[in-house]
Amino acid sequence: MLNYQFDWHIVTSGIYAEWLWQGLLVTLQLAALSCVLGFVLGLVVAILRMSPVAPLRWLAQAYLEFIRNTPLLIQIFFWYFGAYEVLPQAVNDWLNQWRFEFVAAVIALTVYTSAFIAEDIRSGIRAVPREQMEAARSQGLGYLTAMRFVILPQAVRITVPPLIGQFLNATKNSSLAMTIGVAELTYQARQIESVTFKGLEAFTAATLIYLLVSLTITVVVSTYEQRYLRPGGVR
Amino acid sequence: MDFTVITDNFTYFMIGRYPHGALGGVALTLYLALVSCVFALMGGVILGVASYLPFRPLRWLVRGYTHVMRGVPLLMVIFWMYFLLPLAFKQPVPENWTVIAALTLFTSAYMAHIVRAGIESVPTGQREAALATGLQPWQVMAYVVLPQALRNMIPSFVNELVSVTKDTSLAFIVGVSELTHIATQVNNRELTHPAEIFLFVAAVYFVICFSLTQLSRWLERRLSWGEGVRN
Repeated sequence: MLNYQFDWHIVTSGIYAEWLWQGLLVTLQLAALSCVLGFVLGLVVAILRMSPVAPLRWLAQAYLEFIRNTPLLIQIFFWYFGAYEVLPQAVNDWLNQWRFEFVAAVIALTVYTSAFIAEDIRSGIRAVPREQMEAARSQGLGYLTAMRFVILPQAVRITVPPLIGQFLNATKNSSLAMTIGVAELTYQARQIESVTFKGLEAFTAATLIYLLVSLTITVVVSTYEQRYLRPGGVR
Repeated sequence: MDFTVITDNFTYFMIGRYPHGALGGVALTLYLALVSCVFALMGGVILGVASYLPFRPLRWLVRGYTHVMRGVPLLMVIFWMYFLLPLAFKQPVPENWTVIAALTLFTSAYMAHIVRAGIESVPTGQREAALATGLQPWQVMAYVVLPQALRNMIPSFVNELVSVTKDTSLAFIVGVSELTHIATQVNNRELTHPAEIFLFVAAVYFVICFSLTQLSRWLERRLSWGEGVRN
């Protein structure tokens, strides 16, 4: 079917293998940064979403709906092209110290990931029996104290598998950062293709690397679930 | 904030150069999403049912396929189609079809997951009763299990349509003039109002996707009332 000469040496050694390796590192950096920052932001949003103050709940709800119902690519373009118009000058100056396309990608991915993490955390919190909160409050703990010391420690354990899943999603989503020139894995594959015309080899290599990452994450999740979440296992 | 850049280019955002040129903008976004979703639904049903056939190599193949598709970014699949389709057909393939093929292959894997969950949600009693009345296994699947499973899964299908609508924005990378591509074009031409342009485009996507999300939630409530499917 295909009339095409494959040349695998191009991606298994030399300068182009080095490019792919560098790309993988940037991809993992993007995913890790946006997951850690997204977790912090997502935790705040999840707690606001369940707060007893109605306007705070509405605010969190609006944030979640807006972020989840717009494409990540548009959000990346907004932060990369448009944000300087709406941000204060001081913030812009501070952001411009760094490689701006990387910063814009991290901000966009963080905001996007936080919306999904917030929902995971909320499901985790809801999985903790209601009586736990009632008992904690009746002991005289305030809402936030009860959250911090009673509910969250239990919810976090349930939330770990979906959170690791979000890391996988962030890895895949970070491929969109190539559109603003961040030299992550997909970008490097594209570069190799445009320099050598060996697109099939470059994209096969990149695909296999993504698959390796996702396979690793799947194994980690199922190990965690078997060890900590199996009924009758460690509670 | 100055939104005249939007009002000046409004029809361009909505339908591209149509009727003087190819359809583009919001109209093309919706077209790509709907066509891909219909194909992906068919693909998902085929894959979902195939994973229940008593033929092990086929089941492995389906599992391998869904794992691969769910493990790589959609952008990869789009590039694959971009390189492979012309080689396979030995002639240039229109960009619209490159994107529809990629979205279909990619989304089918997610649809297959939904279909499987749907099949599992049908009580085993249904299957046993159907077999006991003398139906062949394929008849049990086609006339008893699938119709109930698909009905249970309608809200998930609508959610998947939301994802596909968002995913069509990646078509921009191979030069399909859907909404995102139009937005970058207008932005490159004007250069002065990027925030307005991308906020407007985000709002357009939001209106489409949020309506569909609400539809899915409504269907979920609606379909779970007083019906005899779920035990």
